[in-house]
Order: sequence, then C-alpha cells, then structure tokens
Amino acid sequence: MQSNENINFNKNYIDYVSSIAPKTKEARSLFRAFWVGGTICCIGQFIRFAFENWLGLAGDELAAYVSVVLIFLGGLLTGLGVYDRIGKFAGGGSIVPITGFANSVVSPAMEFKSEGIIYGTASKMFIIAGPIIVFGVASSVLVGLSYYIYFLVA
Amino acid sequence: MEIFLMFLKAFAVGGAICTVAQLLINYTKITSGKILVTFLLAGVFLQAVGLYQYIVDFAGAGATVPISGFGYLLAKGAIEGAKESLFGAITGGITAASAGITAAITFGYLFAVIFKVRSKKN
Amino acid sequence: MKGRTLIFKNQPRIFATATVAGPKEGAGPVGKHIDTIVEDDYFGEKTFEKAERKMMEGAIRQVMQNAKYTESEVGAIIAGDLLNQIISSSYACRSFNIPFLGIYNACSTMSEAFIIGGMLVDGGYCESALCATGSHFSSAERQYRYPLELGNTRPPQSQWTVTGAGAAILAMQGKGPKLVAATLGRVVDYGITDTNNMGAAMAPAAADTLCEHFLNSYFSPKDYDLVITGDLGAFGSRLFKDLMWEKGFDISERHVDCGEMIYNIAEDEFQGGSGAGCSAVVFNGYFYKKLCKKEYKRIILIATGALLSSVSSQQGETIPSIAHAVVFES
Repeated sequence: MQSNENINFNKNYIDYVSSIAPKTKEARSLFRAFWVGGTICCIGQFIRFAFENWLGLAGDELAAYVSVVLIFLGGLLTGLGVYDRIGKFAGGGSIVPITGFANSVVSPAMEFKSEGIIYGTASKMFIIAGPIIVFGVASSVLVGLSYYIYFLVA
Repeated sequence: MEIFLMFLKAFAVGGAICTVAQLLINYTKITSGKILVTFLLAGVFLQAVGLYQYIVDFAGAGATVPISGFGYLLAKGAIEGAKESLFGAITGGITAASAGITAAITFGYLFAVIFKVRSKKN
Repeated sequence: MKGRTLIFKNQPRIFATATVAGPKEGAGPVGKHIDTIVEDDYFGEKTFEKAERKMMEGAIRQVMQNAKYTESEVGAIIAGDLLNQIISSSYACRSFNIPFLGIYNACSTMSEAFIIGGMLVDGGYCESALCATGSHFSSAERQYRYPLELGNTRPPQSQWTVTGAGAAILAMQGKGPKLVAATLGRVVDYGITDTNNMGAAMAPAAADTLCEHFLNSYFSPKDYDLVITGDLGAFGSRLFKDLMWEKGFDISERHVDCGEMIYNIAEDEFQGGSGAGCSAVVFNGYFYKKLCKKEYKRIILIATGALLSSVSSQQGETIPSIAHAVVFES
C-alpha cells in the first residue's frame, strides 16, 4: 500500500453524505440571480442612455465610462458593507456583473488593511480578481496574435 | 416604447447570463473567482469567433455589464490592434480594457483606505 | 486505562468556568448562560485577531476571578485556538505569569485541554489547571475562506464559526462536576473534500471515539443523560446518529450538539455553529451550570475537530478529523 493512500477512505460514506446533503433551493436561487442580475444590467443601460443623450458620448468611450461608473458603485457598496448582503441574496446575479468584479477587488483590499496599506491592501487586492486580469490579458494576446497571423496569411 | 424595449432587452439578456452563472454555482459548487474567470474567457472566445458583437448590438448593457462583456472588450481590442501591427495585436486587448482595470485599482485602493470591514450578523 | 479510554482515579472537578461571546451568540438560546456578551465584534480593538486574543484573555481573567485564584495558584494554562501558530492563546498568555501549554486540535481543543488538564491535576503534578479556547468568526473566515465583504453565497451545508471563548479551572476542590473518564481520539478521514461540509467530515471521528468509549467503559448509551457533540451542526449530527446506529448504539434520544443549539434557528443560518469557541462557550456556560445544579448525573462531551488548513484544502487533500471524549459526573 502506498504511504499516501488513505486507509480510512470510505466510498459508501461519501455517497451517503452526498445523497442526503441539504440542497440549494434551485428555483428560488435562479429567480433571484435572474432579477438582480437583470436589474444591475438595467442600471448599466440607464447610465449608458444618460451619458449618450446628455453628455453626447459614443462608442468605446461611452462603454468605458459606463464600466467606470459601475465599478465605482460596486466598490462603494462593498465599502459600505451592502454588496455582501446583495451577494448572499442573489448569488450569481451579483457575482457576474462588473460590479461583482469591483467587489472581488475591494473586499480583500479592505480585509487585509490590518496588515498595512502596502503589503496588506495593495498586495492582497488581487487575491480573488488576479486570475481575471491574468487570464483576460493572456487570452487577449492569444486572440490578437492569432488574428495577426490570420491577417498576414489572408 | 423603443426605450422601454431597450431596457427590457438589457434586463432579459443580463439576467439570463447571471442565471447561467447561478446554475453553475448550484451544480458544480464553483467559487466566485472561478465563475468570473469562466465568464470572462467565454466572452473572449465568443468575440474571437465573432459572435458576442451580435449579443452586444441586441442587448446593449445587458451584454456589456456582465464580466463576459469585459472579455468581449479585450478580444475586440486585440483584433482591432492586430489589423494595425504586431505591437497592436499584443497591446490592443489591455488598451481597450484599461479604463476598467484602472478604475478597479484606483477605486479599490481608495475605498479600502476609507472603509473598515464590518463583521457579519448573518 | 483500557484501550484509548482512561479513568481519572482522583476525579478532579471543574472549580469554575467563564465564557465570553459576541452579539450573535448572546442573542441565541444559550445567551443568558454566557458571562460576558460583547456588543462589538471588534472588542474595541483594531483587528479581529486582536479582538480574539482579547476575548481569550478576558475569559482567562474572568475564570480566575470566579475561582478567586491568584496567578500563582494556577499550575498551568492549557489553551489553543484556530489561528495559525495559535497566536490568540500565546498572545493572551503573554499577560499572565503562568506556565503555558499550547495545544491544537482544531475545534476539539476544549476536550483535549480537559484531558491534559485532568491528567496534570489527577496525577498530582499541578494543584490546578486552567483550560481555555476560543474562536472568532471574522478571523476564522479570513484565514479559512473569503474576505468578509465578498458577495458570495454560503452553501446550505455550511456552518457559522462561533465568536466566543470559554475557560475552566480544574482542581481537587469545590463541588463542581467531576471529570471521571476520557477517551482519546484518533485521526479519522473518510475522504470528505468539501471544506464547507465540516459536519460530514467530523461525524465519523465522533462516532469512532464514542464507539471506542462504549466498548472500553462498560457504559452503554442509557447510562448517560446526554451525549454532547461539539460542532457537528444539524447535518453532521444526523450523520453521527446514523453512524452510531449502524454500529449498534442508539443515541438519538440523548444526543445534543453544541453547534446546533447555539444559534436561533433562522432561514439561511444553515447547519449551526462551529469553531473551537462553540463547545467552549456552550459547555462552560450552559452545561456546566446544569451539572452544578445536578440536573444531569452523567454526561459525555465529544468535541470534534477538522484538522485542515487552507493550504491542504487548496492542494485537494481530504479533511482529516479528530474527536476527544470527556465524561463528567455531577
């Protein structure tokens, strides 16, 4: 027997546990995710509509302004201790919008302030959102290079 | 009426994307960081094959506000950069997403310095 | 001693106890048995870790006060907690001029402390031993899970770490409950990997220790007024009772779980409390007082601990668990 093999490992028990484990309330969680997520997108649409008509912005600049405002709002609600309540209620409905990205940046930054504002806040800021930046940038370079080669060949 | 329809589309598409995320959470016990990465990569992929643009044209903020919209922005920037030069192909993605990343870092730091963590009641 | 069960010949008594807990615990069913309830989770400190330390220190100070002991009268402090390198206990003991034995068995630290303290006093090596442990929701959450303000959902099988600390003095005097026997736990791992499902990971350890106890001690479930587990939660308790039933012991009528009883039952609270502070607060507060009033004749406390760290769970390891049992008679 290998030394790292678990001698007590009990498949029957694991099967039994998963068969009677308490389940998430499926329909309710999906409905909540739907309407909260939809509402956040509507707020985004409203900001977009307002900036377009009142400030005369358009195109990429408009889209950038909308994300900046939403990130600001998501960060502010996190700081005020509201966003975790929304998240508990809505699950995926508040994780997936860009406000959820802001929440995943601000929450560890606040949490680790107790270790100082340099090695705490600044370095722990991306413990959750870091992979998003890494995979986002890496995949965009991959897409860019693929298209570059495609344009060269075509 | 057209304005109402615009909001309805944003609500429906945005809500639908979030519902897919909730389905993933319910069935795979995935953590929130992995959800964000999954949706981001889905956005990059769909734009790389040229599909996400249609969703954006249809739903507006309903498609750009979810994190997949961030992926769409990255891929779109990279493709546009690739039309210019090799340099553009490499920097195009993050250039397009620079506003969002800058906002997240700046506001993140600012709010972290201002606010203090509260303990949860439940 | 027979097998893993040991009998205390001189039967040291719990001379005094003290408990400190946060507002959520204070509002629960056992709230009125807690000595000090802190309204602010920060305890007036700057960080949650400092708050946890202050809570431990408060419990230790309070128990010495309740026993009217000076520092020189306490033979040793046996304490542990959940934070890395048990900093809460070590730093709390910095303010006392008392020998300190730091221990760690996750959430079963309270019964482990009772066993070691009982051995010291029973063997005559110390006049008295102070056993203490505690935990804090916010510091545990940060070490084991996610930042507090992160908007994620808690899965339905999750438990809530108790903000609280408990301390007890064991000595050969007074009229408190007698420590008569103990069964040492061994590390049991049935292969549960879900870190939110601690109850399922720990139930086999509790069942293993309790079966061993029944086989070694000639006692059967009906000899006990209560079988108290530490922090299995509602789901873990169900699994524990099932496992015991499977081995031929029916404990369903006399089993209670500290985690299940510490909070008011509300929607989204899920399975109840967990953490080292859970059994410490409920036992040293509620059950100690009931034992002193002689409402129970003989009880067994099985505090359970999940011996994981955030590193082991990230590396995909299963969750090993342990449970130590101590028997008290009034």
